Amino acid sequence: MDFDYTAEENAFREEVRKFISENLPPKKERDKNFLNTWLEKVRAKGWVGFSWPKEFGGSAGGLIEQTILREEMALAKAPPLGTSMMGLAWVGPGIMEYGTEEQKRKFIPDILDSKVTWCTGYSEPNHGSDLAAIQCKAELHGDNYVVNGQKIWTTGAPWSQWIILLTRTQFDVESKHDGITCLLVPMDAPGVEVRPIENMAGDKHFAEIFFTDVQVPVENRLGAEGDGWKVTVSALANERSSIGEVTQMFAKLENLKELVKVTYKQGKPAQEDPSVRRKVAQFEMKIAAMKYNGLRYLTKQIKGEPLTSETSVNKLHRASLEIEMDDFAVELTGQAGLQLRGGDAAVDGGSWSKSALNWPNVVIGGGTPNIQRNIIAERLLGMPKD
Amino acid sequence: MNFGFTEEQNLLRDQVERFMQDTCPMPRVRELSNTGGFDEALWKQIGELGWLGLLIPEAYGGLGLKWIDQVVVLEAAATGLCPLPIASHALASTAILACASDAQKSRWLPAMASGEAVCTLGLYDDANWIDPSAITASAKASGEGYVLGGTKPFVNDASNADYLLLAVHGPEGLALAAVGKEEVRITPQPTMDSTKPMASVDLEGVHISADSLVPMTQEQLSYLTDCGALAVTAEMVGAGEAILNLTSDYAKQRIQFGKPIGQYQGVKHRLADMYVDLESYRSLCYFAGWCADDDPQELARAVSLAKGYASDAFNQIGIDGVGLHGAIGFTAEYDAQLFLKRSKWARPMFGDSDFHLNRVASLGGL
Ligand SMILES: Cc1cc2nc3c(=O)[nH]c(=O)nc-3n(C[C@H](O)[C@H](O)[C@H](O)COP(=O)(O)OP(=O)(O)OC[C@H]3O[C@@H](n4cnc5c(N)ncnc54)[C@H](O)[C@@H]3O)c2cc1C
Repeated sequence: MDFDYTAEENAFREEVRKFISENLPPKKERDKNFLNTWLEKVRAKGWVGFSWPKEFGGSAGGLIEQTILREEMALAKAPPLGTSMMGLAWVGPGIMEYGTEEQKRKFIPDILDSKVTWCTGYSEPNHGSDLAAIQCKAELHGDNYVVNGQKIWTTGAPWSQWIILLTRTQFDVESKHDGITCLLVPMDAPGVEVRPIENMAGDKHFAEIFFTDVQVPVENRLGAEGDGWKVTVSALANERSSIGEVTQMFAKLENLKELVKVTYKQGKPAQEDPSVRRKVAQFEMKIAAMKYNGLRYLTKQIKGEPLTSETSVNKLHRASLEIEMDDFAVELTGQAGLQLRGGDAAVDGGSWSKSALNWPNVVIGGGTPNIQRNIIAERLLGMPKD
Repeated sequence: MNFGFTEEQNLLRDQVERFMQDTCPMPRVRELSNTGGFDEALWKQIGELGWLGLLIPEAYGGLGLKWIDQVVVLEAAATGLCPLPIASHALASTAILACASDAQKSRWLPAMASGEAVCTLGLYDDANWIDPSAITASAKASGEGYVLGGTKPFVNDASNADYLLLAVHGPEGLALAAVGKEEVRITPQPTMDSTKPMASVDLEGVHISADSLVPMTQEQLSYLTDCGALAVTAEMVGAGEAILNLTSDYAKQRIQFGKPIGQYQGVKHRLADMYVDLESYRSLCYFAGWCADDDPQELARAVSLAKGYASDAFNQIGIDGVGLHGAIGFTAEYDAQLFLKRSKWARPMFGDSDFHLNRVASLGGL
């Protein structure tokens, strides 16, 4: 056991810090072109797709360096390393693992260069948690699949250029996991209709998508026909360590503490209230647990042991913290806490009240807490499936 | 960066777990805890295996290892609720190493390293207060040595120790008085957990020699408290894992309404939550164990995060472990209840969650 970093790792951290200090001006000083310049520079550094193989334009970087990179970027509250979020998170890794040479040439560079934004077409109106039961139909006619059906809750659909789409190519199957096929579809294909949906925070980030006789050339199939479930599962498993996320949560905890320090409750400083102190300490306790859980899992990965469902542990912590921290801030600050941005008494520019309405992003998107508990109980503790 | 155990540490863990299964299995644990919690032959055996001198430098006959290795032993021993005073003995060794003079170390450590002298440490005299003021026992100068005063009402494993290190207020501040079991009056006290014997120790009027008093700073007191909380947390990791396994196995076998109860989400989700909590305080405990030797600056916060989490989480794991079994879990014959009792014992020991979380808040700037 050893929490120290090697000389090379420390040198890498220094390099990242130096880069940040030279290329990340304070928010006020950033002009219109800032984001593009930033993206070009991190790309030139090889930090986008940091762990991806060099042949695809990645840096083949190690897990620890990747952790350091994410940690430092999160500490500096830097913009993302690329704007093709889902492309970087799982579409790219999925294509590298299952794609044809042509698909790799066609799609990977644009993901790395933030030129193309991807969205993820998994969920359907009748199939959310029970994802493998999807019904969106794709039929092979000659060299094209013809897609008919509906997707929903597709984050980023209103502004994405491509979608990774789960379809059903076979209906009379023994297991619902069979007969699923993964297609890569341009959002401007004829027959694709996007209808944005407003969420409780007032944003239109997700949408429903209708597919009517959409023609998808067979060369846009990712993996073999009927292998879509395997492709999806292994792509989702590509979510790497959550260390960058933990760093952001520590930053949020610091903001919360600052808020506690300037807040009065029943006329007395809130920071002296034992229940407030206990609550804040419990947040720290859970975030620290996420950090050290993450480091234990990272160590397993470095030793070459496969990570299976352990990540559900941190997902559950993340989900409860996501709800409780904002909720705590809102309650702590009473009627001022209710005010949104623009309110005279809005707390921290209304950021707490805003994010207190946004927890479903983390809590529901990507598998609900009940599903995570099923995963832990069934895969790690061996309980029978329900 | 490597948050894993070495090959040696994994072997040590296996060895201790095997010892619990083969040599000190549950029926033996029950016998021992009914008769005061000690077995000289077993103690001798683990002494020979080196587990009692883990923290003691080789120069004094120990293995010269670190607290993280001690954590491994305590965790593994607690999977079988080992009643032997391994934790108390380790804490007494830590106290001598941290506070005693070289002469005192040479005098005491070799017998401690082999286990020949069973030792324990008694710090606070208040039932629920971690503070120097919670030490009320005293030592006053008398002739060449000191005369002790007061009672230590809560000393772990006192009845089984040959020597006791007891915190007192001396003429020059805090100190540890080293006394032999014959010199003081030890009265065993019944508690909820008979695998963790507790006793009161009456010191009134006991004379000790000058070199039996070990001065202790407040920082040292606080370090020893942290090591105590770390030891208890390590035991909560092992015991928590054991009750979770016991309960998971039962949930797979017990059929109701035609299905294993582990198929019902009311059961399986509770088990998943137990797993999440156990994994999480386990990670925090290992980090604290590492800090004890490699980053002492960070120890207080790390220990408080770990014990603050484990105290309440393990308590709930104990309750759910019994509850998910139904009535059988309530029977004396079934082992689940022993783990629930251990969770009650562990909760206040070296600070409850209120104490530790309040300290996390203070260390975090509130
Ligand atoms: C902000 C946001 C963004 C999203 N982005 C995307 C996206 O980009 N692409 C995409 O494909 N999808 C996306 N989703 C959809 C998301 O994956 C689903 O919402 C999620 O998997 C749950 O499915 P559902 O909404 O149909 O709820 P349901 O599956 O109907 O669940 C309803 C409730 O029942 C519970 N439940 C369901 N099954 C069980 C069970 N077996 N045991 C116990 N409880 C159960 C659930 O926990 C939940 O509380 C997004 C969702 C949100 C909220």
